[in-house]
Amino acid sequence: MGKLFDKLAEDVRFREGLKACINCGTCTAICAAAEFYNYDPRSITDTVQGKNDDEILALLKGEQIWYCGECMSCKTRCPRGNTPGLIICALRSLSQELGYFTESEKGRQQLALKRTVGQWILDYGYCLYLEGVTTDIHPEQGPIWDWKQKNWRKVFDRLGANYKGEGPGILRKIPEESLEELRKIFEVTGGNERFKKIEEFSAKKAKEMNIPFDQTNENDYFKYIYSHNSNNHCNKE
Amino acid sequence: MKTEGKHAIWKDYQKDIADDRYFYVRSCVRQNFFPGAEQTFLRIMRDVLGKDVYEHPCHTTCTGIGYHSDVVPFDTAMTVVARQFALMTESGYENLVPSCITSFGLYTEILETWHHFPETEAKVREYLKKATGREFKIPKNLAHASDVIYKFRKEIAQKAKYKLINKNTGEPLKVVEHIGCHYAKMFPHVGVGGAEYPYVLVGMVEDWGGEIVDYPERRHCCGFGFRQYLVQANRGYSVACSHKKFESMQPYKPDMIITNCPGCPMFLDKWQYTIAEMEGKTYGKDGHGIPVFTFEEVAGMVLGYDPWDIGLQVHQVSCEPILDKMGIPYDPTKKFADKSGQFLGAPEKPSVLKI
Repeated sequence: MGKLFDKLAEDVRFREGLKACINCGTCTAICAAAEFYNYDPRSITDTVQGKNDDEILALLKGEQIWYCGECMSCKTRCPRGNTPGLIICALRSLSQELGYFTESEKGRQQLALKRTVGQWILDYGYCLYLEGVTTDIHPEQGPIWDWKQKNWRKVFDRLGANYKGEGPGILRKIPEESLEELRKIFEVTGGNERFKKIEEFSAKKAKEMNIPFDQTNENDYFKYIYSHNSNNHCNKE
Repeated sequence: MKTEGKHAIWKDYQKDIADDRYFYVRSCVRQNFFPGAEQTFLRIMRDVLGKDVYEHPCHTTCTGIGYHSDVVPFDTAMTVVARQFALMTESGYENLVPSCITSFGLYTEILETWHHFPETEAKVREYLKKATGREFKIPKNLAHASDVIYKFRKEIAQKAKYKLINKNTGEPLKVVEHIGCHYAKMFPHVGVGGAEYPYVLVGMVEDWGGEIVDYPERRHCCGFGFRQYLVQANRGYSVACSHKKFESMQPYKPDMIITNCPGCPMFLDKWQYTIAEMEGKTYGKDGHGIPVFTFEEVAGMVLGYDPWDIGLQVHQVSCEPILDKMGIPYDPTKKFADKSGQFLGAPEKPSVLKI
């Protein structure tokens, strides 16, 4: 048994997700990601149950594990109770813990997710806090979003929100004491450690790639990982 | 559509849904995109059904989107959720109702994990105590907000001012339902009707006069995929999933789409605009889109609430075709007004999609 397999097996999601794969391919047939990307959850499940460290290492450094959308459709249909989506969760966690995520184009995007969703959680207490997020980077939100952004407070007042207010209600300000508790939870449970590793390994990779990197979301490395698509990921059919 | 088999499946997947005293936790996505929907849920629960729904001002995100984007570790997500349980316990409530499907799925995943791995629950209790000094009881009942509206669908039908019926033809509206993946795909036993033929929205639509449209890609994901939408370079995945669904449902000429997840209606609404801009293709009648609604909005329409009170003005695909079909009155001059009725200016019109 390999050391990487042992590390994966420390994750309860991996133990729940991997029972015994019979290679039937039902997960791949139902998988939304497999339809779009060169992605095959059956082969990933088969690889990890083979316990070969070299092959698991290739997964941790590769593109494939980042293609899953975690919709968990695979769970419903697997005739043997496996959940490739949970195996992916464990592989992604380990890839970040060991710093291998920066070896792939899709893996490097974790920095963008940490600096947006991750930071919003710590700063505001919400996973999304979309004041100021414009159609420049989200053109799909359309002219109605431009209108809403232009009239953010008035629209929220119209719809009964307690925007940035005290007490309960829609988009209320989360009290500072609650944000402090949230931050303490991140400190105690390894959330901060995950964030730190994402930052450190990303900075190292940016240096290696010779792309400017800093703590803002305006640097070239951030912009590059957020928007670059080599177009080598999809099914061509 | 043959229903005998589906009714048999539905009988196997019934769940207990508490009938009062709910501890409500909000959705990050729904608050940002459909604030009127959460407001409508509370209005119906409190004013129409007379229920006790409590919202603690100190509750936070569950971290679900961060967790499924894999930047938030499972231990962290579990402990944040444990804190929500602690706030519920301290407030004297036992029945937890999340607005969000990602939250509902995460809460369920955590409770199932603790059931199978009691040592993990013990570890999280220690983490929470160390970080916040709080302790908690596990909820007696966990139900998504759509489960609760499903439970009271017949009471809502009795008080309805409008039905999901085309007033001009007398025919039921043809409704596509889209269930958020994390409602029951991971744990079918926690969803009304299970994962393959969920009944939670079907029950509402049928009792409110509409007719459900079955179509091949009914269970396909809307395409959120967390990192697949949140990172710009990956968004092709997201729009491709919704595109597949639209192409599959269009031949059945649905009048509207109803959803129970906060994210899905945003994607199904906004990707119609995007596909129209990219491909010149629209999926509704005469260049319009297919209107997309949350279950709270549909309940509000049925009960006769002003469409602009429940937030239908923030949808990109216009809601007016459905309002006209149902015979719901509305004041077009108030659509883009503020609380005092002052006009805020109209949004620009899309170049292809008719609104």
